[in-house]
Amino acid sequence: MPSRLIRTIGPELLRDISALATGILIVGVSFGAIATAEGLPWWQATAMSALVFAGASQFATLGIMTTGGGLLAGVAAGLILNMRHIPYGMAVGGLYWTSLRSKLLGTHLLLDQSTAFALAAGEDRRRARIAFWTVGATVFVVWNIGTVIGALAGQFIADPAVLGLDAALPAILLSLVLPALRDRPTLLAGLAGTAIALVTSLFLPAGLPVLLALLGLVVMWRGTKPKEREAAS
Amino acid sequence: MTWIDVAVLAVGTFLIRLSGPLLRGRVDLSEETEEFLKRGATVVLVALVATSSVMVENEWAGWALPAGVLVGGVLAWKRLPLAVVVVAAAATTALLRLGGVD
Repeated sequence: MPSRLIRTIGPELLRDISALATGILIVGVSFGAIATAEGLPWWQATAMSALVFAGASQFATLGIMTTGGGLLAGVAAGLILNMRHIPYGMAVGGLYWTSLRSKLLGTHLLLDQSTAFALAAGEDRRRARIAFWTVGATVFVVWNIGTVIGALAGQFIADPAVLGLDAALPAILLSLVLPALRDRPTLLAGLAGTAIALVTSLFLPAGLPVLLALLGLVVMWRGTKPKEREAAS
Repeated sequence: MTWIDVAVLAVGTFLIRLSGPLLRGRVDLSEETEEFLKRGATVVLVALVATSSVMVENEWAGWALPAGVLVGGVLAWKRLPLAVVVVAAAATTALLRLGGVD
């Protein structure tokens, strides 16, 4: 069975996922370590990783609550950060919208990475579905293992920032979206959206700027008819 | 932090994740709509990469982080495997920090 599974997933996807898994594992370790250092018992950090399963919001909520921000502020910040999953679900939700079990599991496994890998599969729905589930399940397992390791042995582990690991995860997402950016309207929308996000992130709470980036799609709609515009000018 | 905090964050996050497909409504959408939604998610991901590379907790992240992501991006553009991209990005950032650039 394992060899069949490997063949279905494909060596290339497996190799890419291994790179991702290594990065996620270490970030999970750092989450467990920080949570424990902030006074969370290991099982609570692990429960958070298993039940919330959204790294950035876990760090944010933990950070705000341990600095005395309170439940409302902490949870609100975490939830605002997670709003970006709405456009993700709209884009790739069709991949797992079948049986009830698949809907519930797929919903929990909706991530930056599972979305990005599914999108990178392009038009091939079968590949996209395999990528979504394999990435989602792998990240779930390593994220939680990492959290437990970090919570139990955090003080012995090096700071991820010293290893430059905070650059690894954005770099992975960037490589996954690059092929889609070869499409000119998407590139224009992405550049416009990024500009909007960067400017608004100076004064808006984290999570909202990336949603405002969707306004970049307006630029794209106007950019889809370049021929007509050229003819008009 | 209590169980209630974890539960509220977990349930809230699940509902947010659930709302995308529910807003989408149908499994089979027209090809154009499908394309539009994919572009939307791509735009969000691109913006996420950009903001998380230059800002950490609403403050300038320093040069080392965006430099590492940029090096990774260039290698990805050259179609190098993801593992190479990851190692190069992390190594660039780590070495810059080691050299005192942050």
